[in-house]
Amino acid sequence: MNVLTYIDAFFSDSAHWQGYDGIPTRVVEHIQYTLMALGIAAVVGLPTGLVTGHTGRGGNTLALIATAARALPSFGLMVLMFVLLGLGMAPVMIPLVVLAIPPILVTTYEAMRAVDPAPVDAARGMGMAEAGVLFRVELPVALPLILSGLRTAAIQIVSTATIAAYVSFGGLGRYIIDGLYQRNYEKVVGGATLVAAMALATLAVFWAVGRLTVSRGVRRGA
Amino acid sequence: MIRIESVTKRYPDGTVAVDRLSLEIPDRSITVLVGPSGCGKTTTLRMINRMIEPSEGTILLDGVDILRQPVNTLRRSMGYVIQNAGLFQHRTILDNIATVPRLLGWGKEKSRARARELMERVGLDGSLAKRYPYQLSGGQQQRVGVARALAADPPVLLMDEPFSAVDPVVRKGLQDELLRIQDELGKTIVFVTHDIDEAVKLGTMVAVMRTGGKLAQFAPPAELLSSPADAFVEDFLGADRGIRRLSFFPSAGLELLTSPVVAVDATAEQIAARDTTDAPYLLVTDLDGKPLGWSEPQDLTAGEIEPDQLLPYGRPFVAATDSLRAALDCAVLSPTGWAVGVDTDGRVAGVVSQQSIGEAIRGAHAEGRADGTAEQAATVTR
Repeated sequence: MNVLTYIDAFFSDSAHWQGYDGIPTRVVEHIQYTLMALGIAAVVGLPTGLVTGHTGRGGNTLALIATAARALPSFGLMVLMFVLLGLGMAPVMIPLVVLAIPPILVTTYEAMRAVDPAPVDAARGMGMAEAGVLFRVELPVALPLILSGLRTAAIQIVSTATIAAYVSFGGLGRYIIDGLYQRNYEKVVGGATLVAAMALATLAVFWAVGRLTVSRGVRRGA
Repeated sequence: MIRIESVTKRYPDGTVAVDRLSLEIPDRSITVLVGPSGCGKTTTLRMINRMIEPSEGTILLDGVDILRQPVNTLRRSMGYVIQNAGLFQHRTILDNIATVPRLLGWGKEKSRARARELMERVGLDGSLAKRYPYQLSGGQQQRVGVARALAADPPVLLMDEPFSAVDPVVRKGLQDELLRIQDELGKTIVFVTHDIDEAVKLGTMVAVMRTGGKLAQFAPPAELLSSPADAFVEDFLGADRGIRRLSFFPSAGLELLTSPVVAVDATAEQIAARDTTDAPYLLVTDLDGKPLGWSEPQDLTAGEIEPDQLLPYGRPFVAATDSLRAALDCAVLSPTGWAVGVDTDGRVAGVVSQQSIGEAIRGAHAEGRADGTAEQAATVTR
């Protein structure tokens, strides 16, 4: 049997489309984990990146933290948190958030640093307040790069959120882990395919967000 | 009036960018700060809108210390134009221009209507309103920069090397445009440049600064050219300041001779009747009175004048409006050493020799010295 037959078998089994272990339920769970982790990472990473990038201070510290965070293995971190904190959402969220912060933080910082200083100088010289300079001059120009950081983070979360199943949570990882345990490869491949599809859907969502939020004057050439 | 009183800018590392500078910037005229890089001219400009705070000294705007009002209120009352314009690339041209009105709380429609008005004023086509900055040429972007600075009708305009990044032809256009706008609006403009020609062309008053942030000379451009304060200013003005200074003297006083001028269809009697005691050459014109070229009288045969056999006449000067510099240039360009003065339609008004131009220059210099003294006296009483 090849992969395509597994995929076909998995998706054509009507039992996989219903109930608490059905595809819709697992997809919704996976989206919930992803949004939650991305949301927390963005709440931490975006303001920090915007402010450090705007002021130009703390860039080195930031790079250091980001590199350290990237070196942490998500799976190991989750097991550690599970041991320390017991069963709960926190051991799942912590590694996902730690995974997602570096790309958000570093790209946001870099995006802000890369903004042409001339319009910023002009804005200040015209009497725009600092918050105005940040949100109305720098942010709109830095937005494409910031979105690319968020996109990278989101895709990493989508693929890594499968580990939640290991500590008895749901999501698409359920199929992979259960399938491996049950030696049901149809399930493993089906789960992996869903994860890949969701990663592509994430790309599509970010593309659409970019079209809607990035000004035409900034988007040219992109 | 902006009054800079013994202002010093010293950085923590000990560098002195501006050193006890005092300057009175007259209202409704263009004051140019010029000097080599590192002379503190940009620092001085940026202290006026508090982009940089002075270490010592005070700056007064209409007699009031600029520190007395909130910094953003001060900045909104002064237009600010920088090199490369510094436009907001995510905003349309119209919304770029409407920036300060929006900051001042004007409504969207009112701000945009004002922005449209400004586009016209700076010579931008209305069809560009919805474009983005990247779709405009460098010169057009700079016009948008000027329009944006003028949008809230501030009494003061600060311009930091605004035309340095565009090519010479576009730069000349922008300079002419600025002078035209200034004629209409009468702003108090402080203009920073490293280009002495730009300073001389635009400035009502020119402040020459030297490295170390010291004022070398503060004078109207004609005076700067005629009597530089020291070797540094003289050197900075360049080699041909004598010639350049002639731009400030009108050619209107030149005595134009019409006797050495003949039309291309002149008869032998008319040619012979020309008085050639003063002029060894005759200028031949076409039937409209426009110049064709010079010739020695004996080489002209009535009815057989060949325009392409004539000597070139250089570039004629417009007698009513051009300067002595243009007249002299014309005389130098022609192998005969005579300049051709024309009216605004290009018809010959008369001709004048290098020698007469030289006399006029000497006369103007003598008068200039007398004027200079009077001007200084006027400055003192004011």
